[in-house]
Amino acid sequence: MAYGGFEAGGMAPRRHRAIKILLAGGFGVGKTTLVGAVSEIRPLRTEEPLTESSAAVDSTVGVERKTTTTVAMDFGRITLRDDLVLYLFGTPGQERFWFMWDELSLGALGAVVLADTRRLADCFPAIDYFERREIPFIVALNVFEGARRYSLSDVRVALDLDPRLPIIMCDARSRESAKEVLITLIEHVLSVADEPVSR
Amino acid sequence: MPANDERWLDAAAGPVVRPYAVTQGRTRHSGEAFDLVATVTATTTRVAIGGGLGPEHMSVLQLSQVPSTVVDIASDVDLPLGVVRILLGDLRELGLVTIQAPVPMRAQQVDKDTLREVLHGLRGL
Repeated sequence: MAYGGFEAGGMAPRRHRAIKILLAGGFGVGKTTLVGAVSEIRPLRTEEPLTESSAAVDSTVGVERKTTTTVAMDFGRITLRDDLVLYLFGTPGQERFWFMWDELSLGALGAVVLADTRRLADCFPAIDYFERREIPFIVALNVFEGARRYSLSDVRVALDLDPRLPIIMCDARSRESAKEVLITLIEHVLSVADEPVSR
Repeated sequence: MPANDERWLDAAAGPVVRPYAVTQGRTRHSGEAFDLVATVTATTTRVAIGGGLGPEHMSVLQLSQVPSTVVDIASDVDLPLGVVRILLGDLRELGLVTIQAPVPMRAQQVDKDTLREVLHGLRGL
């Protein structure tokens, strides 16, 4: 009988700790930019059910029975130690990708809602989503050049956020700024974990 | 001859078959569900060729010789996530890989020592 051999990994199996963080926000708010600023970007192919709205855009002539289409998305990976890796998943902003959110948010440590002050309403669905599922999150305002500056407290009121919920400004293109966003989230998760259970 | 000759198909070969042909048309994997960042570890370094395992199964087994997450494997084999889940389900059923759930991270289960390690790691980036 023929056998296929594999190159041994050379690494004793051990508890591999993978931590999942979500990055949500409207289309074009800078999610991919932020992931790229702080991590190694890796491509991932996934499938999307073809809905009526997308079917109207994509030509499906000759493939009428096809009900899913392959979608390319990225994720970011930050290796902190050999056995401790952070995974950043950008949740697709458009409504037709919502089916992916439940899958992505399963077991997630927390989320960053990236917002653009010119289109604040775009991040409402993400905030609602994480509040309903009790996934700890922070809000990061990606400051675009030429956009009018608002104070963080004005934005907090506009988004109707809990006063304890961190909200910070960031520049998604900057590695230091992206790091600060992630650090703020982890600190928030730690502080939430310290709170007594209220329900 | 490419140096990386354990891979039966390389990127230059392009898509040879439609994604779900690899899974014989199945769109759901067998067994219990697993997370995107669950860790896959091969239980063997040798496997009999044939027996229903295709080249894609072999690629996944090769990658899981080092404990790897489901998404990293999907990214490396360049197959849609759904296809990779099915291949992993097959391999698990045959006892060729183990799939370990990620460290619980939600709500009261959170491991604070790990979080502090993450903070430390991020600050040192």
